[in-house]
Amino acid sequence: MTPKDNREIRDTAFDAAELERRLAATWTTPPGLLGALSTVDHKIIGRRYITTAFVFLALGGLLSLLMRLQLAQPEARFIGPDRYNQIFTTHGTNMMFLFAVPVMQAMAIYLVPLMVGTRNIAFPRLNAFSYWMYLAGGLLLWIAFVLDTGPDVGWFAYVPLAGPQYAAGKRADIWAQMITFTEVSALAVAVEIVVTVFKQRAPGMSLDRIPLFVWSMLVTSFLVILAMPAIMIASTSLILDRLVGTHFFNPAEGGDALLWQHLFWFFGHPEVYIIFLPAVGMVSTIVATFTRRPVFGYLGMVMALIATGVLAFGLWVHHMFVAGLPRLGESFFTASSMAIAVPAGLQIFCWLATMWAGKPIFKTPLLFVIGFIVIFVIGGLTGVMVASVPFDTQVHDTYFVVAHFHYVLVGGAVFPLLGAIYYWFPKLTGRMLNETTGRWVFGLIFTGFNLTFFPMHILGLRGMPRRIYTYQPEMPWSGLNMFISLSAIVLAAGFLLFFIDAIRSARAGATASANPWGATTLEWATPSPPPSYNFAKLPLVDSLEPIHDDAFLPAAIGLRVDRRELLITSVVEAAPEARESSSGDSIWPLWAALATTVALIWSIFSPWAVVWGSIPVAIALIGWFWPKDVPEDDS
Amino acid sequence: MKDNVVLDLSELPPHGLGTASQSWWGTLAFMLIEGTGFALSIVVYLYLMSLAPRWPLDAGPPDLLPGTTLTALLLASLVPNIFLARWARKQDLLKVRVGLIVMSLLGIAPLILRAFEFPAMHIKWDQNAYGSIVWVMLGLHTTHILTDLIETLVLTCLMFSRHGDNPRRYGDVSDNTMYWNFVVATWLPMYACLYWVPRI
Repeated sequence: MTPKDNREIRDTAFDAAELERRLAATWTTPPGLLGALSTVDHKIIGRRYITTAFVFLALGGLLSLLMRLQLAQPEARFIGPDRYNQIFTTHGTNMMFLFAVPVMQAMAIYLVPLMVGTRNIAFPRLNAFSYWMYLAGGLLLWIAFVLDTGPDVGWFAYVPLAGPQYAAGKRADIWAQMITFTEVSALAVAVEIVVTVFKQRAPGMSLDRIPLFVWSMLVTSFLVILAMPAIMIASTSLILDRLVGTHFFNPAEGGDALLWQHLFWFFGHPEVYIIFLPAVGMVSTIVATFTRRPVFGYLGMVMALIATGVLAFGLWVHHMFVAGLPRLGESFFTASSMAIAVPAGLQIFCWLATMWAGKPIFKTPLLFVIGFIVIFVIGGLTGVMVASVPFDTQVHDTYFVVAHFHYVLVGGAVFPLLGAIYYWFPKLTGRMLNETTGRWVFGLIFTGFNLTFFPMHILGLRGMPRRIYTYQPEMPWSGLNMFISLSAIVLAAGFLLFFIDAIRSARAGATASANPWGATTLEWATPSPPPSYNFAKLPLVDSLEPIHDDAFLPAAIGLRVDRRELLITSVVEAAPEARESSSGDSIWPLWAALATTVALIWSIFSPWAVVWGSIPVAIALIGWFWPKDVPEDDS
Repeated sequence: MKDNVVLDLSELPPHGLGTASQSWWGTLAFMLIEGTGFALSIVVYLYLMSLAPRWPLDAGPPDLLPGTTLTALLLASLVPNIFLARWARKQDLLKVRVGLIVMSLLGIAPLILRAFEFPAMHIKWDQNAYGSIVWVMLGLHTTHILTDLIETLVLTCLMFSRHGDNPRRYGDVSDNTMYWNFVVATWLPMYACLYWVPRI
């Protein structure tokens, strides 16, 4: 050991109390506004992300209530067609890009570092940057909506409707640039998660000991990495067509409108799995804890996750069955669309087997899982139906499809997510959600959801097109529409109760112990909520369920406490390779995000923004990376 | 939860290099993202070509001279780049400084050639879809040369500053050389697509 090493302060030198004090001094975000804006603590950023995403969920929910108000009766006059177009476009865009994807990644930002037993996420400043970018993108969409400039071309913004000829003004550009914001942030988080899972796992957490939620987020992150470039190319081409007169989507000059659909759905279908796979991980975690046994078929579950991830890229054309593509191609995509039901079915049966073999404890998280299985299976069955070209041709663009994708997305993602919030709330806040209220929340949402969305299948079969702002009294749709709108109130009441319970419990709920559910993954081996450094001593993992009954956790020592230091381990075996510093708090990610925001919004209006706007971005990035004479920047 | 110390990590190196560093994997992940972007741009090119009655649309094939010279230059730049990577691994400050200056110049030179490449296409971005995709592909790759050049310039300044002689900086230099290899490697299919596919 060199003399320099001897001056470094290691955790071996202190007793438990002094060690925790020293670690807190090194890792804790300072109080005050500057501290809040500069923090790189994955738990603070994760909570911020989750809260923001739920605010967007509430806002998007309000829009859906407005639509239900308008559609409750024929020839209603509450909302005009122009505003209605903005409402359904903003609803869909908001729910997909500002709620569903970010909230899943947000859960991972909070949980993955804890579950793999490390002290912060990889690239913590990039994490801070990604949050600011996400927030800016959300504000862009919603401020535009309030100013009557909200996008009105549908959440998939098909050309030529979204092109320069039919979408004058800046509404479609707002949509396209909002995509850039959310994709930059999603890609950044994906890279962080991949590197955290690959290189920061606790010693001994070999590939076959990674918790299923972490596996699901790893596969999801690869889907993000491979799918999101397609939408960035698509939205950039759209902006170019609209701003500088390129002809990507203009058939008169050699472009092609269907090119948009290919690019969009090459992203858009994996997007469904980007939302669904994290939910699968949440379900596996909850099922294991509340049946008191490991999930049946761990290897099969991991293989199913990977298989779903691969197959997700072979399905996009089934969104385009009525676009007039060659018949052979359609048959191929029908086959692959049905094939993906195999890994999905495998997972469902593994969960059922786990519950069958275990002793299920029916707490709120497990209720949401059961709700998920019921609703998702119905959504999956209608999915197999619309995978068939003749059937799809009949119901395309009707409420049948609206019903189908709400069953898949709300059933497949929101139910597990709500279960996950009930499950991990103690770890997020240090307090428990109310169990009795939780049962009411589940009951209202489950009933309200089915009463709202199941009749939409029938409306679709009766020919009601989606995205219409009103309909005539002669149509056989008004009774069901009134029923759906009334049911939506039940659903909304469930969500309202959830929000009330969450806010109330976060302030005054029962205090949670470190491991209130008796779970076996590492996040429960540290207090609720965890200290800034996550683990005073890094845990060691010797099985899939590292927390044993004997309540002794094997631990590692030897890390420095005078700089933020974590452990790098090998990809397969998770054998220790190096100690590594983790970046400290910095205000520069915020400046970089602000500079990027200015450049991106400006570039809706002038191509020169790309030139002039990137200068402040470059300055902010240099400020971000330039060493600052802190122990973290040296080695 | 009580713990039971069974492993001492204090003898591990205080900074990981190569595959033991997070930034190595991060760079790789960003290369995967950008590589997918490049691949998709080629797919769009071929897709538009498959629809067109003749290709290139309303233009002759691009002049070979600027693009081919640039390709040769990029390939030649790999040699000093590989040396720089080696010197960074050996943590040889003087040679790394020289290497970074050379690589900075080799980042500027292709940008000059690129300025001649756009006119060699004989088409503007707003004339037709062929022009649009050609300009976007060239633009996409130019952005990568530019960002790598800026990164190289900043690293050069850093290595001449008091922060330079530090394993972490050598790791940054080494990741930067890896990224330059990527910038060169992605150009080769782009070059074949832009210059030789229209001649088939």
